[in-house]
Amino acid sequence: MELAEGILDGSVKSLARLISWLEDDDERAYEEMRKLYPHTGNAYVIGITGSPGAGKSTLTDKLTQALRKEECTVGIIAVDPSSPFTGGAVLGDRVRMSKLCLDPGVYIRSMATRGHLGGVAKATNDAVRALDAFGKDIIIIETVGVGQDEIDVIKIVDTTILVLVPGMGDVIQSMKAGVMEIADIFVINKADHPGADQLETEIQIRLEQDKHTKSRAWVPPVVKTIAVEGKGIEELKEAVKNHRKYLEKSGELEQKRKRRVKEEILSLVENALIKILQEKFVSKDSFDRVVEDIISGNNDPYTTAKELLKRIGVDVTIQQEGGIK
Amino acid sequence: MFDKEKINDIKKKREEWESSTLKKVLDRFPERKKKFTTISGTEVERLYSPLDIEDFDYNEKLGFPGEYPFTRGVQPTMYRGRLWTMRQYAGFGTAEETNKRFKYLLEQGQTGLSVAFHLPTQAGYDSDHPLSMGEVGKVGVAVDSIEDMKVLFDGIPLDKVTTSMTINAPATVLLAMYLAIAEEQGVPFDKVGGTVQNDVLKEIICRGQYIFPPQPTMRLTVDLIEYCYEHVPRWNTISISGYHIREAGSTAAQEMAFTIADGIAYVQACIERGLAVDSFAPRLSFFFNAFTNVLEEVAKFRAGRRYWAKIMKERFGAKNPKSMMMRYHVQTGGVTLTAQQPLNNIVRVALQAYATALGGAQSLHTNSYDEALCLPTEQAVTVALRTQQIVAEESGATETIDPLAGSYYVEALTDKIEAQIDEYIKKIDELGGTLKAIELGYIQKEIQESAYRFQKEIESGERIYVGINKYVMEEPPLTNILKVDPKIGEMQVERLKKLRAERDQKKWKEALDNLREVSKSDENVMPAVIEAVKARATVGEICDVWRDVYGEYRPKEFV
Amino acid sequence: MSSDKDRKIKVIVAKPGLDGHDRGAKLLARIFAEAGMEVIYTGLRQTPEMIVQTAIQEDADVVGISSLSGVHNYFFPKVVELLRQNGMDDVLVVGGGIIPAEDIPKLKEAGVAEIFGPGTPTQKIVDFIKENVRRK
Repeated sequence: MELAEGILDGSVKSLARLISWLEDDDERAYEEMRKLYPHTGNAYVIGITGSPGAGKSTLTDKLTQALRKEECTVGIIAVDPSSPFTGGAVLGDRVRMSKLCLDPGVYIRSMATRGHLGGVAKATNDAVRALDAFGKDIIIIETVGVGQDEIDVIKIVDTTILVLVPGMGDVIQSMKAGVMEIADIFVINKADHPGADQLETEIQIRLEQDKHTKSRAWVPPVVKTIAVEGKGIEELKEAVKNHRKYLEKSGELEQKRKRRVKEEILSLVENALIKILQEKFVSKDSFDRVVEDIISGNNDPYTTAKELLKRIGVDVTIQQEGGIK
Repeated sequence: MFDKEKINDIKKKREEWESSTLKKVLDRFPERKKKFTTISGTEVERLYSPLDIEDFDYNEKLGFPGEYPFTRGVQPTMYRGRLWTMRQYAGFGTAEETNKRFKYLLEQGQTGLSVAFHLPTQAGYDSDHPLSMGEVGKVGVAVDSIEDMKVLFDGIPLDKVTTSMTINAPATVLLAMYLAIAEEQGVPFDKVGGTVQNDVLKEIICRGQYIFPPQPTMRLTVDLIEYCYEHVPRWNTISISGYHIREAGSTAAQEMAFTIADGIAYVQACIERGLAVDSFAPRLSFFFNAFTNVLEEVAKFRAGRRYWAKIMKERFGAKNPKSMMMRYHVQTGGVTLTAQQPLNNIVRVALQAYATALGGAQSLHTNSYDEALCLPTEQAVTVALRTQQIVAEESGATETIDPLAGSYYVEALTDKIEAQIDEYIKKIDELGGTLKAIELGYIQKEIQESAYRFQKEIESGERIYVGINKYVMEEPPLTNILKVDPKIGEMQVERLKKLRAERDQKKWKEALDNLREVSKSDENVMPAVIEAVKARATVGEICDVWRDVYGEYRPKEFV
Repeated sequence: MSSDKDRKIKVIVAKPGLDGHDRGAKLLARIFAEAGMEVIYTGLRQTPEMIVQTAIQEDADVVGISSLSGVHNYFFPKVVELLRQNGMDDVLVVGGGIIPAEDIPKLKEAGVAEIFGPGTPTQKIVDFIKENVRRK
């Protein structure tokens, strides 16, 4: 089966299968991705992130409906966590998107994290690319809503929307460093709930404070929505458009994408190295023994990593974290 | 209830018993299980004695029948005065067929009607809607318009029977049809009696027949309550339902707690509308499940009555005792029935009916033994009805009031369940009330956890279910089962076509336009709905107006 | 290429029609996930078209549908038929709910792999799926 050709020919089935291969880390996928690559680079990618219960799915649903009115085709990747204990997952985001189900201009894919941290799955980036090649104009990634660590998404998307809801305590104060900075657009969803105005003020104050420390040409707008009623969705859509215009004009879009390619190459190399190591040099059993060795104090991770790399012909000094997963 | 000296004496005797008589036996014959629990997972002690209800204050906890806190029952004579209403839920196929079964049931001694509507009616769709495909006439009777309703009650005098209708989000529409027919029969509204379920919150929590978002759907609920208070005084305006919560997997205490939480939300909404609590509260009614664990069910009913009375009196300042009474209908547990060895279900239903009688219900539906397999056949329905007649006439449960009162076990369990209810109500208050707790998925998750726990207990063999994980046997499939004629769908669609072609178009349009305006305003919708159904507007058309004005509810799924 | 045992089985759990009894469907979704599968839960009020579109987009291996309202004779074969029309013949379709024994042969003939009635141990369903699921 030639999935790439199918995808370029508009086959949803081929697209779906390729994404499965990507998720399963099936080697066949990369040959198809290589063929698709020349056809990518046209889609605009939006990330929607925020805490659980913030209304990300509903917002994704409504934003997509608004985009469809403009004849934009949309791909959605909705990420949910896998259970660390069983490896399984219940992916329930489609429930709130059932109106989009039969729209041929929309493709929805549920994706489990399969142990990957950062709010997206390992295959998310490549799946975005596949959707891009398939011809979707806009791709929306809805991240896992587990906490405030979903910052991997910014490596994949052009515009990051951070969804907050009033009445969940002192959100801004408790926000970890770095999370505020990822937002290109703030959404205050459930804006009819008490505390919405206060939340807006808090965000504005924080943005004002940040201005003194960083020079930021783009000042993230704050959009209030009541997603279930479809309120504020047009404004959100406009905000995304404005951000896109800004990125294009300022040249930041190009820079972002360059950065992304760089990271991608690195991560491909990393993955390949790990794979080679795991498949050719250390079986699961022997790896367990290596780990035992370290735990029992007979060796240390630094020496071990160096030795392993030597086996595949790389001689380095390990200085920092990372490397072996 | 016991004096100190006596208690100390019992305590001493008990200790002696434990260290001698009991110990000797336990040493040689350990008990069957380490821990005994009710079907809800509540731990049950080996033995209950006065020690378990040491501080029991009779007057405070039980009182007398027909008096606060109504633990012993809502009427002073209970079943010595009048037996509960035997009300079998029925409905399938076309209005003609259900009309026939209604008449059959009335001939067999049933004392009230209970209408099951097919799912399209319950979800506010006409029989020709795409989502109605395959559903027409399946789990209830197909009612699209007042014409179907007329056929359904043909030859049944609406001043002589009371009718319960299982209808929620579109309750106003079906009540409007019923009232319009009563009017045609020449029965004044104040002679019309019955119940609409009208409990939209539990649809959102667990039953799935929702249409509109919580706020507007609550508005329709309150409109109905307000209208009936003024015009249909004998109508039970809501049947706040724990039945489905239990079916969805809750424990007995959760069933009672979440139903009371819903009840609190409705009372609150009516008060916010400006209704005085004692004006509408006497017409509130409840609907519960009964499982096979007889004593736990009895304790649940007693605890619920007592807790609701306290809430109405203390939280809402009700003065009229009728406002504090938890009057309720019971249906035996649908999920307790097994498809395996279906005749065993007759025994389960008998025990459940017995629990209901001992618990003091106002009306009862007993399930048919074949319901885990199909819609009940006439024979199965008759056995079910006979089951409750045997409980009423032969078992002795009806001869004295609240016969289990004073049982150390039942009183201790009643107290325990009441404490569990209280804990849940406090938690829900903390979360910001029932609507908020539903929005957060708290109630749904609690129910699902219990369902999951129960399933695990069954599969591990920790809990025995006859015919499922013990005493299993091969058996031929049940053959005599009721099937709905698949042609009903086409017939109903034809009927709709005809209705739409023949009705007075101008009158119809005006009625719907008026309904739209009223629905946007603060005015009570009931009069406009009655006009619309008289103008032959269908259930689907009326609900479409509201879908347009109010939007549609999309559930949050919590798995 | 990773081996078949590394692959996740993807299951759609769907409630067709207007039936709102989702206790069983939700319970199974959880049990399947605990068995290591990835479960796409669609929620209520699904038409056969919606179920099949979901299966296509998610590249599902299994479609599990549950009905307690007596619509199985219409819905289950329709789902199978639409899957076939879309070239998804190898998707395993299993059903559950209140289904009279006499309907089962017809449903199987129509292409439903298995029907699990009330009281079926969930492990039996998990095992059936694991044994009969396609290999991609």
